[in-house]
Amino acid sequence: MSAVEAVASAPYRQRELHAFEAAGTHFVYLVPSGAIFALDKIGSEILDRINKNNSTREELVGFLLERGYERSDIDAALMELEHSEVIMRGDAVHEKPKLPAKNFPLQRIVLNITNQCNLACTYCYEYSPDKISKTDGKPKYMTASVAEASIDLLIKEAADRPSVHVTFFGGETLLNFPMLRSSVDYAKRKCAEAGKHVEFSLTTNATLLTEQVVDFLAEQKVGITVSIDGDRELNDKMRVFSDGRGSYDVIVPRIKMLLERHKTNSIGARVTLSSGVSQVRRIYEHLTQDVGFAAVGFSPATANPNRLYSIGETRMETVLEGFEDLAWEYRDWALAGRHHGFTNVNDTLKELHTGLSKAYPCGAGLGLLGVGTAGDINLCHRFVDSDVGQMGHVHKGGLDHGARDQFLNTHHIGARYDCHTCWARPVCAGGCYHEAFVHYGDTSAATLHYCDWIRGWNDLCLRIYGEISQRNPSFLDRFTEN
Amino acid sequence: MHSMKPINRKARKVEAAMIAVTGDVQALQLRGGEGKIYYPMGCTLNFTPGWEVDVSGGTAGLCQPVERDLFDCHLGCGWPAQVPDHLNNAPDWTDKCASAANDWRKIDIVFP
Repeated sequence: MSAVEAVASAPYRQRELHAFEAAGTHFVYLVPSGAIFALDKIGSEILDRINKNNSTREELVGFLLERGYERSDIDAALMELEHSEVIMRGDAVHEKPKLPAKNFPLQRIVLNITNQCNLACTYCYEYSPDKISKTDGKPKYMTASVAEASIDLLIKEAADRPSVHVTFFGGETLLNFPMLRSSVDYAKRKCAEAGKHVEFSLTTNATLLTEQVVDFLAEQKVGITVSIDGDRELNDKMRVFSDGRGSYDVIVPRIKMLLERHKTNSIGARVTLSSGVSQVRRIYEHLTQDVGFAAVGFSPATANPNRLYSIGETRMETVLEGFEDLAWEYRDWALAGRHHGFTNVNDTLKELHTGLSKAYPCGAGLGLLGVGTAGDINLCHRFVDSDVGQMGHVHKGGLDHGARDQFLNTHHIGARYDCHTCWARPVCAGGCYHEAFVHYGDTSAATLHYCDWIRGWNDLCLRIYGEISQRNPSFLDRFTEN
Repeated sequence: MHSMKPINRKARKVEAAMIAVTGDVQALQLRGGEGKIYYPMGCTLNFTPGWEVDVSGGTAGLCQPVERDLFDCHLGCGWPAQVPDHLNNAPDWTDKCASAANDWRKIDIVFP
């Protein structure tokens, strides 16, 4: 028997996929392609039969003819399922994912324009016991010269990309507002000369927002992320000044002024969940209804599990329940064609709609780099000024392409063996490098403590996606990039 | 597709790749065999099948006159080279042809 004949007579089996049901329809999420198909009746029956019995083609065709299907429909269905990689015959051959092309063009640079902060949030990864940045001997504030060299580097390394993005970060970003303002002017001028479009964003704790600052940010269409953890009681548990005073009463009037005056780009709230701060719905409703945010995103604090502020496994279960509760509300609103501000669902649905299949968990080191106050280039803003992920200096030789290539080769999904049997890897790809480093001391480790959580979340979002696709498909048009 | 429907954008790419590999152009009277997707030849057929040959392969029992093809290009398709430009240069070229099946001989000849 030839190899081809052996495959032809081998029983069918299901390939790697995640099956789910929504709105009375059976769906498959294919791995690693990230494609989502709705199965018709014959498709569902074939998959069901294969999973119950090892069936050769002959047996399967016989079974389906008995079930009343036409031979031509059976042939076409089997061909489709095989070619779309839903089912297969013979042994599985895992193809190693391809490494990305060298010199991947840069798209975004994050400038940590200060390592100083006027708050002392307990969980902050720049100041807490888990901090990895070594700021001793580094300037407290980035100079215009370093920022301008960083922007030059972005333009050069972006190669043919028509659009680039500069993100300002801290410390508290607005402590270095004069330099931020001159950097925006510089980036606009230089990008115009290079024929590139440039956009800006920043993260702030909102304590230093004044009308003049906000008017500048609105005029320059700067996208803004505001760190806030909910109502006064919850926010002030962790987000405090160095004397222990809560920040809520200082920031909320300023945030309301910001939302009132700045309409030219998105303004989102970013909530860090930690021990004692895990009441998802309460936080969401306060920030949308009482404060006025249109978008709220949640993330657990990155922390060693032994820290007091670590959210812990039990609380994470509560968080997933809270997420699920809000996610179904998102679904209801989506079916009615309304915008819902729970950005965690929105972001996941967008990735599912595109069908992303990630080789890396995020853009760090790939399309995104971080720069510290002294000009050191690093993996991302979370690693700036640490010993890990160093990739050159903006004034001393620019981007170290060798270090970057080495990082990308060792952190590729192909090198993350723990992930190779997980159906959620097209969207997760192993998890945040910083999270892995804080937990396991190794950026290339998969964030295994979140695996069940990530699979649960993606399954939930797939079911919501499936339901929207059947009941209000036009809602999904918003996720199609132009 | 017979067994499933693409839902997200990646699934549509998978479908397109599959059709590119497995699909084939076939004469109208043929139906897809094992492992083949059926789609007919020529753009007009997608909208008015039956003008080319009948089920026996002959032209005696066509469901549309051959000339119906002209009108599909004229009104439904917008392909610029097939028919006179009825918007600007030859707005009345089909005025005498009320029914293509009966009056097709009356369609004017247009000299550009």
